[in-house]
Amino acid sequence: MELIVNVLAATVVAGTPLLLVALGELICERSGVLNLGQEGMMLMGAVAGFAAALSSGSLLVGVVAAIVAGIGMSLLFAFMAVTLAANQYAAGLALTIFGTGLSAFLGAGFVGSSIEGFSRVAIPLLSDIPVLGRVFFDQDPLVYVSFIAFAGVALFLRYSRAGLLLRAIGEDPEAANANGLQVLLVRYLAVAFGGAMAGLAGAYLSLAYTPLWTENMTAGRGWIALALVVFATWRPERLILGAYLFGAASILHLVLQGLGWKSSTELLAMLPYLVTILMLVLLSWNPARTRLNTPLSLGQPYRPGC
Amino acid sequence: MLLLERRPVPSSLMRWASPLLALVLTIITGFVLFLVMGKDPVEGLKFFFITPVSDLSGLSELGLKMAPLLLCAAGLTVCYRARVWNIGAEGHFLMGALGASVMAIQLSESSGFWVLPLVLLTGVLAGMVWAAIAAGLKTHLHCNEILTTIMLNYIALNLLLFTVHGPLKDPFGFGFPQSVMFSDSALLPALIPGTRLHLGLAFGLLAAVAVWVLFARSFIGFQLNVVGQDHRAAEFAGFGVRRLTWFAFLIGGATAGLAGASEVTGPIGQLVPQVSPGYGYTAIIVVFLGRMNALGIVAASALLALTFIGGEMLQIAMHMPKAVTGLFQGLLLFYLLTCDAFIHYRIRRRKAALQPLSAAVTTASQEA
Repeated sequence: MELIVNVLAATVVAGTPLLLVALGELICERSGVLNLGQEGMMLMGAVAGFAAALSSGSLLVGVVAAIVAGIGMSLLFAFMAVTLAANQYAAGLALTIFGTGLSAFLGAGFVGSSIEGFSRVAIPLLSDIPVLGRVFFDQDPLVYVSFIAFAGVALFLRYSRAGLLLRAIGEDPEAANANGLQVLLVRYLAVAFGGAMAGLAGAYLSLAYTPLWTENMTAGRGWIALALVVFATWRPERLILGAYLFGAASILHLVLQGLGWKSSTELLAMLPYLVTILMLVLLSWNPARTRLNTPLSLGQPYRPGC
Repeated sequence: MLLLERRPVPSSLMRWASPLLALVLTIITGFVLFLVMGKDPVEGLKFFFITPVSDLSGLSELGLKMAPLLLCAAGLTVCYRARVWNIGAEGHFLMGALGASVMAIQLSESSGFWVLPLVLLTGVLAGMVWAAIAAGLKTHLHCNEILTTIMLNYIALNLLLFTVHGPLKDPFGFGFPQSVMFSDSALLPALIPGTRLHLGLAFGLLAAVAVWVLFARSFIGFQLNVVGQDHRAAEFAGFGVRRLTWFAFLIGGATAGLAGASEVTGPIGQLVPQVSPGYGYTAIIVVFLGRMNALGIVAASALLALTFIGGEMLQIAMHMPKAVTGLFQGLLLFYLLTCDAFIHYRIRRRKAALQPLSAAVTTASQEA
């Protein structure tokens, strides 16, 4: 029982960075912009957060720096993909390659340093609930931030006027523009939100999950998050389930090793990537259903009056 | 107020000026970066761009790095022309290296002229198999190829790590995760005696020629172009789009697999975990920078090969982090895509467009 609770708690921790970055990408894609640069923005968030926390001694400063770095990166992308109407695939790839290079360059001096990361804070009363209390309410503060972000995104999309406008722009920017909506401005904001969340997810890795910096420490999580949004058919409720499912897949090798199951670490480390492909297969084999759920203008640049 | 306006026809001048402009912008940024870091910028740029290629051994090192880039880029060119967004060259490359190594170790007791071709062929086939997975997932199960190829890259990397830590590990290697050295008959011959430059570069150049022939002279190249430019038109014309997607993937897998095989049988001579410093990803930049054109990718692969050895040079000579290579590559791609926007668009002042109208209104009201 003790083991199961611990595994579930670790699953939530492993799923949190995925949830954070995928929530940002969900909003971005709902506005019709596909940003493949998640990995690059996360890495920049991770290195900026770690550097700022190390030099200031404050984890909060680190988190803010990570969010700022994520937004900065996303605005570069927005300039290319929204203002210059560049190919979104190429611009996103460029962002990832650029972010990978820049973060490795900036972080070269920080490899080997370590800091005291976020520690667990139990929420009074809620953490006393059997099992669920330990799993969800005895975690580090950024996990609670991810819950709030999830609730915020879900309510925003479903119940707010602004959420409706965002979805309208993602479905049909021409019609939205004809109705007087600022398509480009909204897309900029959506991309920036995605950047902020990716930065935060990066900070989660370098300040809470493993409080240190190594090159490429995101290990493809930004890409998995992109698959996760497809898996969730652009709906936040499914996204949170998916994030924890992937979280479970990524810690499975630790669990199995803990149980004394002898298998190669490298083979088990493939699991999250295999699960991602499997999920894509299960969800994509029916193209009609994919088309039904995808925001209609996803990936297509929009230039008013062109 | 500046206004971005669509050109009536795409600018062919901008299409070729854009990579040069991007290079100039990257160099300017590098210059500023050296200044900010308190290093001599002229010295730094000299170490990055000129010192590495100032003698024969430097040039042969350039060719050594160019070979895998050019091979991967040739395959990706075929994919990207058909708008098949294969990001998996890195994975194909690793599988090619792994496949070739397995065969080379199996044949370590054999000698003969047939050993090397067999080893290389295994690498090619391994790359093709890895690409075929992504192709099947795309054509039959409608999975987005960007995501599947990225995932397959990570899986390939872990598979390679597994083999060098496990079944292929050299038992007398002092615990290092690496395979035994291959026998001489499984090694690529040197292209210039006395240097490390091997036959891989010749494969790369041949691949570039093949790309040129494919797109300039063959019907299948024409079909690939049509699929890329107008998917619906290709379907109406009855060009089996599925078949073409498979073709693009398999070519991509074959060339990147050959690149991986040439790397382990060429300069390395054994399987090691760090067989690729990211050649498969850098090859994507090569394709964009080379305008998906045979001659273009040859020039672009030389430039990007230079970024690898230039980065090493800066690390040795000026104690800069080696990651400067990745930074340079990222900046270059970024500037390239920004400059590429001006192939289709141009900048105009909004004022100029509005003035005649307001002038007309004024005259009209005066007349009234």
